[in-house]
Amino acid sequence: MGKEKSKSGPLARRPDNSAFKQQRLPAWTPMLTASTVLPSFYLLALICMLLGVWLLLTVQNTQEMKVDYTEAGSCNLCFEMRKNVSNAGQKCTCMIMFSIEKAFKGDVFIYYGLRNFHQNLRRYMDSRDDGQMLGRKSNLKSPSSYCKPFDVDEKGVPIAPCGAVANSMFNDSFILTYYTINGPTVVPLLRKGLTWYTDKNVKYRNPKMDNLTLPEVFEGTTRPPYWQKPVYQLDPFDPNNNGFINDDLLVWMREAAFPNFKKLYGFLYRANKPFTKGLPAGNYSVAISYNFPVQYFKGRKEVVLTTVSWFGGQNHFLPIAYLVTSGLILLTAVVLTVVWWKFGKDGKNMAD
Amino acid sequence: GTLTWRGNKYSLDNGKMLLRGCILRNTEWCFGMVIFAGLQTKLMQNCGKTKFKRTTIDKLMNTLVLWIFAFLICMGVILATGNTIWETWIGRGFEMFLPWTKFQIGTVFSGFLTFWSYIIILNTVVPISLYVSVEVLRLGHSFFINWDVKMYDCQTNTAAVARTTTLNEELGQVEFIFSDKTGTLTQNIMVFSKCSINGTIYGTCVDFSYNLLSDGAFKFYDNTLVEAVKQKDSAVQEFLRLLALCHTVMSEESEGKLVYQAQSPDEAALVTAARNFGFAFWSRTPESITVCEMGQVVTYQLLAILDFNNTRKRMSVIVRDAQGRIKLYCKGADTIIFDLLDPSSKDLMHTTSEQLNEFAGEGLRTLALAYKDLDEEYYDVWMKKFLFVSTVLENREDQLAALHEEIERGMKLLGATAIEDKLQEGVPETISKLNLADIKIWVLTGDKQETAVNIGYSCNMLRDDMTDVFVVSGHTLTELDAVMVTVWLQVLKAKERILSLSRLEIVFLDLACLCKTVICCRVTPMQKAQVVELVRKHKRAVTLAVGDGANDVSMIKTSHIGVGISGQEGMQAVLASDYSFAQFRYLQRLLLVHGRWSYFRMSNFLSYFFYKNFAFTLVHFWYGFYCGFSAQTVYDQWFITLFNIVYTSLPVLAMGLFDQDVNDQNSLRHPSLYKSGQNNLLFNKRQFFLCTVHGMTTSFLLFFIPYGAFSVMVKEDGSHSSDQQTFAVTIATSLVIVVSVQIGLSMHYWTAVNHLFVWGSLAMYFVILFAMQSDGLFGVLPNIFSFVGAARNCLSEKSVWLVILLTTAVCIVPDLFVRSIRASLFPTQTDRVHKSCKRQRPEEQNLRRACRTSSRRSAYAFSHQEGFGELITSGKNMRTSRVSSTLWTLQRGSMRYKNI
Repeated sequence: MGKEKSKSGPLARRPDNSAFKQQRLPAWTPMLTASTVLPSFYLLALICMLLGVWLLLTVQNTQEMKVDYTEAGSCNLCFEMRKNVSNAGQKCTCMIMFSIEKAFKGDVFIYYGLRNFHQNLRRYMDSRDDGQMLGRKSNLKSPSSYCKPFDVDEKGVPIAPCGAVANSMFNDSFILTYYTINGPTVVPLLRKGLTWYTDKNVKYRNPKMDNLTLPEVFEGTTRPPYWQKPVYQLDPFDPNNNGFINDDLLVWMREAAFPNFKKLYGFLYRANKPFTKGLPAGNYSVAISYNFPVQYFKGRKEVVLTTVSWFGGQNHFLPIAYLVTSGLILLTAVVLTVVWWKFGKDGKNMAD
Repeated sequence: GTLTWRGNKYSLDNGKMLLRGCILRNTEWCFGMVIFAGLQTKLMQNCGKTKFKRTTIDKLMNTLVLWIFAFLICMGVILATGNTIWETWIGRGFEMFLPWTKFQIGTVFSGFLTFWSYIIILNTVVPISLYVSVEVLRLGHSFFINWDVKMYDCQTNTAAVARTTTLNEELGQVEFIFSDKTGTLTQNIMVFSKCSINGTIYGTCVDFSYNLLSDGAFKFYDNTLVEAVKQKDSAVQEFLRLLALCHTVMSEESEGKLVYQAQSPDEAALVTAARNFGFAFWSRTPESITVCEMGQVVTYQLLAILDFNNTRKRMSVIVRDAQGRIKLYCKGADTIIFDLLDPSSKDLMHTTSEQLNEFAGEGLRTLALAYKDLDEEYYDVWMKKFLFVSTVLENREDQLAALHEEIERGMKLLGATAIEDKLQEGVPETISKLNLADIKIWVLTGDKQETAVNIGYSCNMLRDDMTDVFVVSGHTLTELDAVMVTVWLQVLKAKERILSLSRLEIVFLDLACLCKTVICCRVTPMQKAQVVELVRKHKRAVTLAVGDGANDVSMIKTSHIGVGISGQEGMQAVLASDYSFAQFRYLQRLLLVHGRWSYFRMSNFLSYFFYKNFAFTLVHFWYGFYCGFSAQTVYDQWFITLFNIVYTSLPVLAMGLFDQDVNDQNSLRHPSLYKSGQNNLLFNKRQFFLCTVHGMTTSFLLFFIPYGAFSVMVKEDGSHSSDQQTFAVTIATSLVIVVSVQIGLSMHYWTAVNHLFVWGSLAMYFVILFAMQSDGLFGVLPNIFSFVGAARNCLSEKSVWLVILLTTAVCIVPDLFVRSIRASLFPTQTDRVHKSCKRQRPEEQNLRRACRTSSRRSAYAFSHQEGFGELITSGKNMRTSRVSSTLWTLQRGSMRYKNI
């Protein structure tokens, strides 16, 4: 309005006759009419239907096998043993037998599953120091206060990696055996490449080595209280898979959104027979080094074998949800059609 | 009070009082004493209090925010209880991995802490940014009003001005309009348009060049009268002489031109008419009147002025002309004059009476003119009686009235005049349009009843098909009650009545609200405000007051919305108003276009805003049931911070600023569209409830569909993807897409700006998402940007997109379905208008003024009060006397400053 003062003349205060100021901007004015809504409803229903059917067919081709070993078979003993904290240091192994009726074709993935384990509690999720696990020297020696009470041990030595998340890391291990006519064969598992690229290469780094060995770098820190081995000895076979970039650690550190979850343990190494085409049908056993206690929180542990499709593992929710949605949209579309058929003309009459 | 001056005492009464705002005329100077100043003056006391005006939506919004707050606390309590229970039954077992801190000393205390955590997390449900956004919208709407070229008046070079930016949407909800008459409905210009002389009607353009004293602004469209004047028709001459003599106008010469100072504009119109036809009133002294008759200067001796008053409804002058003949000239209301006529003019009376009806039918204000020749002796006798009665103390008024009537009896009719009270441009059309929009228009005027009724007819407020026009006037409540009882039977069939307002009571209100049109006459400025207040208080309706003068200030301030007409009467009304423009007819655009749009936009904006916040926030609530009520957020902190400010604010602002369901022409063509605002249909508590439920449902679906998918999901490369960060990114992306689609559905008018904002916001979301989760930022502050890589890994998954697509479809389809069903089963007025516009059949609405039959006798043209006659004859105001010894005191009660 200040600008208008500069003008003079008889029409000095006349507002600009521009489309914007007169609210006459050219505009698209969509309307909800039968001709626009109905086709889109039918189209959407069709798309959902096709997607649902496609997903369902895909899912039918995937296979999944869950073996709950919490207290099954010989694991019962271990389960009892882990009830007592004083036995934490003692080793316990057990074995579960299971059989696969239909061969798993293609890549097979082995997961450990936990039920009723809350990785999504706010204090739990906060109890970590990303700076420390990025390899920052300062954070290594003085972990963030978020890690309390797992930041330093009783003597004041900093814990690496600090926090409740790392401390509660899942530490059972599995050996899968396939029983052929010729006798048992250990199923070869690949235990690397389990993580996101960004986790392995960006988010987690070991502290700078400067010609030191990994144990030397971590000198002055101690392992988390529930761990049996320090962080630089997590993988006894591959020195490059130790420290903060250990695959198992990384998998664990990516906290699950819900209390029931499964995390990748490894996948089938398909170079040698009889596993070139996947897991053949037959009898299997899994030998478990039973360390992780679940009875405190009434949890369950399981081993999951699965194959994957183009949209991930076996997931019945999506195809069913798509089919249901498609059905509902179709229903509403039909209702709308009827309504328009019967009342459309009345609606027009109302205008008169 | 009394004034003592050099030993003499002078009485001081109301007649010696000048009120603030008075203008001295024909008086160069006067002594005065200020006895009341500032706030104590009548003008200021009539102004009323300035209130802080807030809109209904504003008040509703405050209530709703309180409700939301209560809702927030409820959610907090539920979740805190949940936390206590969870900690007691499940959390205990988890202590091994997550020991309790020193703060967490018990499950109940943990619940207490959780309560506060959830209050903080869920606080986004209380729309803090709403208030800011609403103000921005209102400011924008105000600018659109200021910019409207269709509300700009070329003649006065004034554009409409929204002087407040807080009331715009209230303009879409107005139910009552209180209008001033003079200067608002009418131009306050009286035009001498027709006359009947001796049974002949004159009235169609005239050339006044023969007359040097003509006033250029005067227009009269009939040559025959001019011819008659030129032919020296005696009746015509007498008629014009009467007009030149019988009045209380003062003349003044300025810059060589004759300027009249009249007490009322209609009187000025009559004198000017006579002047133009060659009978120019030149000057007056207390004893004489000088008239220039067809170029000859003639001086009449002024013997008496029998002044106008309310009961007499006429005024007369007694003059002695140059030949020594004494004549009485009288003008007044036809009904009164006809009673006093000499039987000899009976035929003429009938003719004139019919002609008067004709004038009245055209909405003209009429006066009948008559004269009488007086004998010298008769006059002398009468004069003596008159002088005697003037000094009588008891019953003087009545005796004077009887005496006046005595001398005025037996007059001969000369003819009648018809004066047009010029309406402002487009007033009848505007009023009928506003009536169609169900807006009740009350005219509050200080004028007399007759004038008011007349204007009512010419403005289309009263029509001849309204049969039961009647007048209610009572001075006390009981009297009013009595009137009520008598009218009560008629109430049901009666549609409109005129109320002469004396007392403001609820009875009056009840009655008035049954009427289609209410005209209150003889109201003081304070009473105007009281009427407005009455309606405002008891009807709970939005009121709008229009006025142009200082006397409308109080009503403008009292009403919800005050509109000032920037006219001739100064700036007070405009300064007190919320909106101002130059012409009454712009009111229809202000209400039916800007007001309606504002209300519509604001309602849609609020509905969407509440929906959006609920959909956004309640996801945390659902997540609480899965994360042990531990106050874990679903989204990334950055998303929570930016969602309301960056991702969703601009599209909804664009909608609030530019949306139009119906364009301006159609808004004006279909005034019934306005009713949704009056009935508060677009945003009310029910609407709020619906949009919160909609928001809750959306949040429910937004949470549980990804939940269903994620609990069993793994990535294509087999690595698990049910981690919290992937979940967060998926839900956030779905949310942004869903609310964007939703706003797309809510928008009716997609300008380029809308497109830019909607698509821009979506694009912005993805840009910021990737930026916030980039390696670089993580490298700088690892603990703050801990979502590094989540978006990359998550959004490259086909399954995530399948989830997003499914969520979007499921969230949108029900709403789309409801909208479509509603549009076809329960079409709103807007839908119908759309349909009718589509079929290219614009409704023809007959807004033209119906030609009226003359079923009604018009009011007479006299709007001033008595008192001038006395002033003139006393000679007090004559400039020639020079010694203005009159002491004017300002305001009442001079006692206080007696000693000065």
